[in-house]
Amino acid sequence: MNFIPPDLAPASSEIFMLIMVCVVMLADIAAGESRRYVAYLLTQITLLGCAILTFVSFSTESILTFHGMFVDDSMADILKLMVYGTVSAVLVYSHSYISDRGMLKGEFFSLILFATLGMMVMISASHFLTLYIGLELLSLSLYALVALRRDSLMATEAAMKFFVLGALASGFLLYGMSMIYGATGTLHVSQVAQIIQSGASSKEVLIVGLVFIVAGIAFKLSAAPFHMWAPDVYQGAPTAVTLFIGSAPKLAAFGFVMRLLVEGMGEMVADWQGMLVILAVLSMAVGNIAAIAQTNIKRMLAYSTISHMGFLLLGFISADTNGYSSALFYVIAYVLMTLGIFAMIMLLCRSGFEAENIDDFKGLNKRNSWYAFITLLLMLSLAGIPPMIGFYAKFAVLQAVVNAGYIWLAVVAVLFSLIGAFYYLRIIKLMYFDDPETVEPLVSNSDVRILLSANGFAVLALGIFPQALMGLSFYAIQNSM
Amino acid sequence: MIFQDILFYFFSAILIASALGVITVRNPVNSALLLVLSFVTCAGLWLLLEAEFLAITLVLVYVGAVMVLFLFVVMMLDINLDQLREGFWKWFPFGAVIALVMVVEISMVLMGKYFGHEEMPIPEPKGADYSNTKELGRLIYTEYVYAFELAAVLLLVAMIAAIALTLRHREDKKSTNPSKQVKVRKEDRIRIVNMPTEKKE
Repeated sequence: MNFIPPDLAPASSEIFMLIMVCVVMLADIAAGESRRYVAYLLTQITLLGCAILTFVSFSTESILTFHGMFVDDSMADILKLMVYGTVSAVLVYSHSYISDRGMLKGEFFSLILFATLGMMVMISASHFLTLYIGLELLSLSLYALVALRRDSLMATEAAMKFFVLGALASGFLLYGMSMIYGATGTLHVSQVAQIIQSGASSKEVLIVGLVFIVAGIAFKLSAAPFHMWAPDVYQGAPTAVTLFIGSAPKLAAFGFVMRLLVEGMGEMVADWQGMLVILAVLSMAVGNIAAIAQTNIKRMLAYSTISHMGFLLLGFISADTNGYSSALFYVIAYVLMTLGIFAMIMLLCRSGFEAENIDDFKGLNKRNSWYAFITLLLMLSLAGIPPMIGFYAKFAVLQAVVNAGYIWLAVVAVLFSLIGAFYYLRIIKLMYFDDPETVEPLVSNSDVRILLSANGFAVLALGIFPQALMGLSFYAIQNSM
Repeated sequence: MIFQDILFYFFSAILIASALGVITVRNPVNSALLLVLSFVTCAGLWLLLEAEFLAITLVLVYVGAVMVLFLFVVMMLDINLDQLREGFWKWFPFGAVIALVMVVEISMVLMGKYFGHEEMPIPEPKGADYSNTKELGRLIYTEYVYAFELAAVLLLVAMIAAIALTLRHREDKKSTNPSKQVKVRKEDRIRIVNMPTEKKE
């Protein structure tokens, strides 16, 4: 029995992250109540350090380590870099919000970093066990983050719902994985793919496993009909946490679906295609129609997320490199838009006042025309109107769907996004044509102002020149297939 | 072999009956106790499968620690059962249909030929000197070390989350601060009042 120590170099960013989380926790205790910015700065430094490590060890081929449980490839590196950037932006946007509400504690930062570590593990997993543990690491941190304001009844209720449904989804996922294990006798993603391809495993057992896995994934992605938790959690959680839940984990979820469905069970594409079609159509229908009836902006954006997840699933349906890279492009575009719009909601909040209703956007143009313009860009992009990034993302996905021969699906998708355009345009109408309810000016720090402006312009610029990002997505997918 | 068969059916019958009891009995304390019973019988089944270490861990961890805590919580909380049962019958038909479909599908797969003796031959029984605790330890610290470390991180997150959610500083707390106490000066405690002497009249 010879034990060869695993090569730690590909996992250097994960190891650095884990060490730094502990450092952030201890440094926050040492710094004490009056110097909370220490934890904030250290968190940003951690993300920067991880980004440098990932960038330096950027791999153009798949490197397996830890006995094949960990994989480092181009897709993993690109997704991880996106995750760091997103989390860093989330922290910049939410800094003043959380310090106004007494949430600026070491736990907030360490939980966010733990969630980030979970996402990194998910993205780099090549074993069902690590996929699952990464997902749990992410979910557990998120449950705690939602409940962090425990004096708020809404937040506690949302955390409870999130926890119970999330546990159920994990159960589904695990049951499905155990079925796959029963059929193939292995948990390694690549070996599962090989055994399915060789036809040595019974198809029926695999399909039962697949059904449970897809249901579990749909829960985590908040795709209809497994979406019930999303509106309550988005509404109940503190806006900073909602921003976090709505942004970075979607990138990790994309990686998760790629590893599990595409790399592991790519051979069974005919079986999961049909399931994803149902999920996608239902999500677009439920998301877009239910969002119209909402008066709470966070709830409305939760339904908007559901519809966007439907669109994301469309990208997987065509099951080719073009489809997957358009899905990756879509998720990046979605994260950019979500970051911007939730940052706007937090700007509208003041200490002691939560901007929750869409009426809070009334007359924003008169209060601050610059931010109104940024929101205009974001809303147009969410609605999928050219020349914004949201349009190109939808266009790329639809192109892949049409190429795969699902023309009716593309028509349905376009019809539902037309319905969806209504509630995005309503916000624009409120901003520009209604009178403000308050004349209080919007207060923002310069870092938020610069980042939010950059964010808004990225939405516009990447919509006009999508080639670079599209090329990057294509490169990531092609290199790791 | 026949003795093992008898044991298997004995444990299985109790396991199924107690598992059904967990979800059907009205009293939550009884339900938790039945869950303990099902864990113990399950451990018995695992022993028959030669997974001795896991069987003992199941009894120690779940029965010994988790379920005892669980029982405490159930007994401490004053749960209004009528409120919990509200709306149960309204959703029962819907839930029952879905449950039935799932049971039929799963039993078709599990009881079908896929997991029979042809597909999954009985593994060779190991000798008495074979230690599966040692084997498990070897695997955990070599092949599965990544997952093992991550599981440790998961527990750390659970700990931080539990502390962050339950620890809070109350204003009305009646406790003393030792460092403040030793630093106290006499001026803080004693006020010297200068009073003119008064003569008795």
